Amino acid sequence: MSFRKLSLKLVAATLLAGTALPAFAQDSIYVPLFTYRTGPFAGSGTFIADGMHDYLRMLNERDGGIGGVKLVIEECETGYDTKKGVECYEAVKGKSPVVVNPWSTGITLPLIPRASVDKIPILSMAYGLSASARGDVFPWVFNPPATYWDGMSMIIKYIGEKEGGLDKLKGKKIGFIHLDAAFGKEPIPLLQEMAKEMGFEVALYPVAAQDMQNQSSQWLSARRDKPDYMIMWGWGTMNGAAVKEAVRSGYPMDKFYSVWWPSEDDARSGGAGAKGFKELNWHAVGANFPALQDIQKHVVDKGLSKASKDKVGEVLYNRGVYNSLLIAEGIAQAQKITGKKVVTGEDVRRGLENIKLDTARLKELGLEGFTDQLVLSCNDHNGHRAAFMQEWDGTKWVKISNPIEPMTDRVKTQLDAAAKDYAEKNAGWPKRTEACDKAS
Amino acid sequence: MLYREAGQFKTTYVSDASIFPLREDRTGLILIIIAAYALAFLGNSFLLQAVMIPFLVFSLASIGLNILTGYTGLLSLGTGAFMGVGAYACYKLMTAFPGVNVIVWIFVSGFFSAAIGALFGLPSLRIKGFYLAVATLAAQFFLQWCFIRIPWLVNYNVSGALDAPLRTLFGIPIMGPNATPQTRYLLVLTIVIVLTWLASNLVHGRIGRMWIAIRDMDLAAELMGIRPLQTKLLAFAVSSYYCGVAGALMVFMWYGGAEYDVFNINQSFFVLFMVIIGGLGSLIGSFFGAALIFIMPIVLGIVLPALLSPFGISVGADTIEHLRFMIVGALIIFFLIVEPHGLARLWQIGKQKLLVWPFPY
Repeated sequence: MSFRKLSLKLVAATLLAGTALPAFAQDSIYVPLFTYRTGPFAGSGTFIADGMHDYLRMLNERDGGIGGVKLVIEECETGYDTKKGVECYEAVKGKSPVVVNPWSTGITLPLIPRASVDKIPILSMAYGLSASARGDVFPWVFNPPATYWDGMSMIIKYIGEKEGGLDKLKGKKIGFIHLDAAFGKEPIPLLQEMAKEMGFEVALYPVAAQDMQNQSSQWLSARRDKPDYMIMWGWGTMNGAAVKEAVRSGYPMDKFYSVWWPSEDDARSGGAGAKGFKELNWHAVGANFPALQDIQKHVVDKGLSKASKDKVGEVLYNRGVYNSLLIAEGIAQAQKITGKKVVTGEDVRRGLENIKLDTARLKELGLEGFTDQLVLSCNDHNGHRAAFMQEWDGTKWVKISNPIEPMTDRVKTQLDAAAKDYAEKNAGWPKRTEACDKAS
Repeated sequence: MLYREAGQFKTTYVSDASIFPLREDRTGLILIIIAAYALAFLGNSFLLQAVMIPFLVFSLASIGLNILTGYTGLLSLGTGAFMGVGAYACYKLMTAFPGVNVIVWIFVSGFFSAAIGALFGLPSLRIKGFYLAVATLAAQFFLQWCFIRIPWLVNYNVSGALDAPLRTLFGIPIMGPNATPQTRYLLVLTIVIVLTWLASNLVHGRIGRMWIAIRDMDLAAELMGIRPLQTKLLAFAVSSYYCGVAGALMVFMWYGGAEYDVFNINQSFFVLFMVIIGGLGSLIGSFFGAALIFIMPIVLGIVLPALLSPFGISVGADTIEHLRFMIVGALIIFFLIVEPHGLARLWQIGKQKLLVWPFPY
């Protein structure tokens, strides 16, 4: 009975694995990374995963961790699937992680109410629930450095400047092609509000998640409507397909703007015609920074990374690095505040609230000029930082603008309404009980 | 040796017609139920929250689809959407009437999904086989479209997502982030046991025989006086009821919040595979299928690194994921070749072998 033997072996192996679950030494900090190197979004997820992993690994190799405490970095593969993401969360919960990064809005949403109960802060960097920027309502959720509303207001501002003033937008038509999900629909109210006030027209082109790779009907409509500008809110394969489709339908690429998610590969998929495509970004591309050189030296050259050398410095790789920079900074601040070496999730929550990445600190970290300053506080978990516009020149992204400040007052109205709405809809949403640190 | 028919005499028609004629089967079932309840106090939170609750939820959904596909022979690809209807209905009901206990709403939400299911089941009278699958596929896409486009369904939530508010039973939180995995597991387990018992009574009774008659040959069934339309619609309604309750449990007892995207076509296929692997037309097969398709990858995710690490091979999370896919896929093919009628058939064969063991006859 080979089958019986096999099943017996399987059971035995399961029991063994159950007892031999890795026990973590108390002198390390456990940082789980939710990544997706498989599935339909792997094209974006792999670079981010590499960036996140490599920066933290570099801290381990170069400095022996943070504040002398080694980091235990563990990846959990989510495949961008909510099911697996929730499973990952349950799997890491018991090992007292100091922070989780869901890297998917779908996974972030179920975790938000749990964060305060499980005392694990959530870092959803510029995605997730925009309203969670309000630290007084969502003490455990962080989404720096900008919300999607900030992003939208920046794009409109940039377009306005190009036209010679926001009042020149009157009578123009702006197309908005977006993923038909909460993420893509979020900026619509703000866009429509601005359209009403500034007198431009909005045409919406929703792309359902299952048709991300087939956008011919949307671009056909765009061809008919002839919008003066196109703005895109897409993710994964949707970005590359949109660029390709835009080139094919002959849309002028210099009038095509996107939020911060398209990668080099997405732009490349449009071929030579994609030149002129623009997107927002808040950190530099390229590897000309001491910290990134250290990643090359200590991690990539030693074969400790999954990334190949030429991928270091690409936009999404650096986005992963930025994400890990925030984690590391949160841990470092937590150590500073509490005086402890081995910090917990509760400490890191305080640490993240006290993040102060000014020029001096960035220089210290070897990332001078990598990104704008970022200061978070008890009430502001986002920072609402300025981003800049970058243009695809056919081979790489080129920064073409100074930092564009978001229209803070407009964003604030949306934000307050959304936060209030969320707390109201979830009757019994707990009031913030976590004390604010004096420094913030 | 322990499993023997000998010595058990049936003296009434009732005992002869019972579902579990063997004493050993009955005690076994009771032991399993006791063990399942005991698990709530023995298992850790990962086991309960990430393994057992989803397993029970998917078992319930599989029972739902099995009633339609296994017992009545109507292929459906709309399971995910029907689960969604249950979840959205439950959300609307419990936010509109917060005073009523949420358990009531979980059961009631199934009726909404049953109504929608019956509506989309109407074409089943004329359309058969693969063509019906395509018709239910329309339900899947249409309903999913509704979930995105009708903000009323989520109470005009900006996030566009469902989330589980705090609800209590006798002062103990049973829903929302404060509910412990233990209480949620107990609740889900009880609901699944009650509904499985109901389903068992349905499929073994007159209605179940009508369904089976329709499945085996609808023309003959019609000639015997079974009305095809009513019977098929009933199957759609009951099946969707189970899927709806499973959907509500999935969002509010397991995830705690979800976007429309969890009810996509993949979910439908996921449940369909469970039904096929587990065994068409078998309730216990639904549990087997859910276990194989859902729990097996989790076990592999834990076992594989533990098996490989002694050899000094450390593999990344993504490699494990690829391996999971390959192994689960291979196992599915293996089981389908060894026993095309699913795991339930294997179970049955095993029991028959055991009855005569140690003799081969």
